[in-house]
Amino acid sequence: MTFDEQPIAHDLDARVRELLAAHDPERADPQEFLGARFDAGLAWVQFPEGHGGLGVPQSFQEQVNAALAAAGAPAPEVDTNGIGHGMAAPTIVAVGTEEQKRKFLRPLYTGEHVYCQLFSEPGAGSDLAALATRAVRDGDDWIVNGQKVWTSGAHNARMAILVARTDPNVPKHAGLTYFLCDMTDPGVEVRPLRQITGEAEFNEVFLTDVRVPDANRLGAEGQGWRVATTTLNNERVAIGSGAPREGGMIGKVASAWREQPALRSPAVHDELMRVWVESEVARLTGERLRQQLAAGQPGPEGSAMKLAFARLAQAISGFEMELHGEAGLRYDDWTLRRPDRVDFTGRGPGYRYLRAKGNSIEGGTSEILRNVIAERVLGLPPEHRVDKDIPWKDLSR
Amino acid sequence: MTAPKGTANLLYSDTEDALRDSVRRLFAERCAPETIATVYDDAQADFTDVWKTLATELGLAGLLVPESLGGAGAGTREAAVVMEEIGRAVAPVPFLPSAVLATVALLKAGETQTLRSLAEGSATGALAIPLSTPPGAFTATVRVGDSGLTGRVTSVAGANQADVFVVPAAGPDGLELHTVSRAAPALTVTPVLSLDMTRPIADVEFSDVPSTRVDDGDAQAAMAEAQLCGAVLLAAEQLGVAQWCIETTLAYVKDRKQFGRAVGSFQALKHRLADLWLEVSSAGAAARYAADTYARGDADTPVAAAVAQAYCSGVAVHAADECIQLHGGIAMTWEYPAHLYLKRAKSDQLALGAPHHHRALLAELVDLPAS
Repeated sequence: MTFDEQPIAHDLDARVRELLAAHDPERADPQEFLGARFDAGLAWVQFPEGHGGLGVPQSFQEQVNAALAAAGAPAPEVDTNGIGHGMAAPTIVAVGTEEQKRKFLRPLYTGEHVYCQLFSEPGAGSDLAALATRAVRDGDDWIVNGQKVWTSGAHNARMAILVARTDPNVPKHAGLTYFLCDMTDPGVEVRPLRQITGEAEFNEVFLTDVRVPDANRLGAEGQGWRVATTTLNNERVAIGSGAPREGGMIGKVASAWREQPALRSPAVHDELMRVWVESEVARLTGERLRQQLAAGQPGPEGSAMKLAFARLAQAISGFEMELHGEAGLRYDDWTLRRPDRVDFTGRGPGYRYLRAKGNSIEGGTSEILRNVIAERVLGLPPEHRVDKDIPWKDLSR
Repeated sequence: MTAPKGTANLLYSDTEDALRDSVRRLFAERCAPETIATVYDDAQADFTDVWKTLATELGLAGLLVPESLGGAGAGTREAAVVMEEIGRAVAPVPFLPSAVLATVALLKAGETQTLRSLAEGSATGALAIPLSTPPGAFTATVRVGDSGLTGRVTSVAGANQADVFVVPAAGPDGLELHTVSRAAPALTVTPVLSLDMTRPIADVEFSDVPSTRVDDGDAQAAMAEAQLCGAVLLAAEQLGVAQWCIETTLAYVKDRKQFGRAVGSFQALKHRLADLWLEVSSAGAAARYAADTYARGDADTPVAAAVAQAYCSGVAVHAADECIQLHGGIAMTWEYPAHLYLKRAKSDQLALGAPHHHRALLAELVDLPAS
């Protein structure tokens, strides 16, 4: 910590003490406590004053989190509201109006508003900008019709970040607008989408004459692509964030190796050490990226971490099955469960192996991420885009 | 298993960037690739002056030596920057054998006299071990007799340029560390054709050679320290090799046209380069972590060094492989410098232990036993 940063640290300590004095961390209702924490500017310290923060560097958040955790205070449900914390909140604070920040950030933080993401569609995966869900202006509202897919946690979500087409007469990127959509609207229908793991962590979401107030439009009409890109970069950093040493998938394999000597053999040992080294290096790479990005916004470099994470998760979970041999032939549960959080390393080796296949598809496929790195980081020539200047309505579908 | 402690700084300081600039400028002016390639032929260019400039004028021979012993009082963070630039230029200078391996062994052993001359650059040293010696697996092939040192050490890096050898030798009570002058009688240095002639190796023969014992009783610890520091810094050199390879390849594929377009616009090449970039970036983090933990005296240093060696050596080789494949035919020519980097990358992979040695060592360090 530099000399200049000491007053900030002291001020934060004082605010934490004040919060704890006014709200008994062990007895207060969690939502009430989190609301008070938000009002004290201790939710996201880098956010502006009055919107859950104090406008100080994000690096101070850890100090606040640690002090409150030590006091036994309830923490925000980041796991069950990953889209809210990782994507919606940074986007609202970056492009939202004062009124939108005031209205949406606090309930998001307290857990009253769990978010899901209504981006992908059956006809718009990697080519997200081609999406077809229409939003048509009707007085102070927009009427939304369309179908979304791969919507994690839609069955538990109260709100959604939504990208819809507001102008079909311009090229695809120019006709999109970004909204915050209320999932309790009667026109929203959520159907479970069963996955290769047996469970339904994702959903299909059908939108039929859903009314979204224009007050819920985030950013200008036609600016949806730019707003969504901010959010996607956040998602990639969130997914690619490193864990402690032996965190994540490698920790499962290392524990099994230590606890079950019968699994050990020399050839497998070298393979284990290879993936251990790669996991540790990925952790260090993430740590260095965080140091580089400490002051600025997440950029395309975040894509690299997500790429590394997906490759490793698949390699290690496949290796883990081989390591276990006979036990790898068994599976824990094929029933259609609907989990309230995404847990890549939960359950057994078979689940981990199957779930990891999605890591190189969700949040930008590894192929798209390689394009992003090649073009935006390495400056290689862009892919040919035959649809770039054609109005969306005239594209072949 | 212990978790890493302390906060590693994985970035470069302004001072380190300035150091990099001065080293890069020296190599750009005095080590052009076409001149370097002559080390493979009979009519060799002489790079002694480049080494002397690096060692004395820039004062880098004593980077790892405290000021009180005539050095610059810097550490592995700075030395790593020098090694990155040596890798990037495949510079034929004996920084690793002299300013790292021999210097750190003497420093840890408590020797000061030879150390001063190495630090000020008035003498060049070499540690008399095979360059391929894996960590923790050193066995002396030289023994201490009544009338001097006797034995043979093969594949010693920097032996051709050395004025003084630092020799680990088996004494009556265990390992000892000796210094031997290159001018000593009955010392024979036989250069051998090396895969990487930019860091040539030689066989060194001792027959009752007079020597000075310099260790303080723990020569084993001095050897281990030199090998550890060498592993940390070799990773930085491997990073530099890899960086040259990817940067040169990127420039080439943006320029080279086939089928009416830059070959770098083809997705097959773009994706390979994106993957390689990720590897090189990762090697940068691993190498920097090792240099930083060593500099801070962090207990995690042996883990960091083993991880860096197990990872970065393969990345350098892969970057050189990709450099050649994505350039196509031109990279197979003697004229194009890609081969210099492949030879350095492959030799570096075997130096101070191959990746599998480092993985085996790492397994012990992090409590993942082989059986």
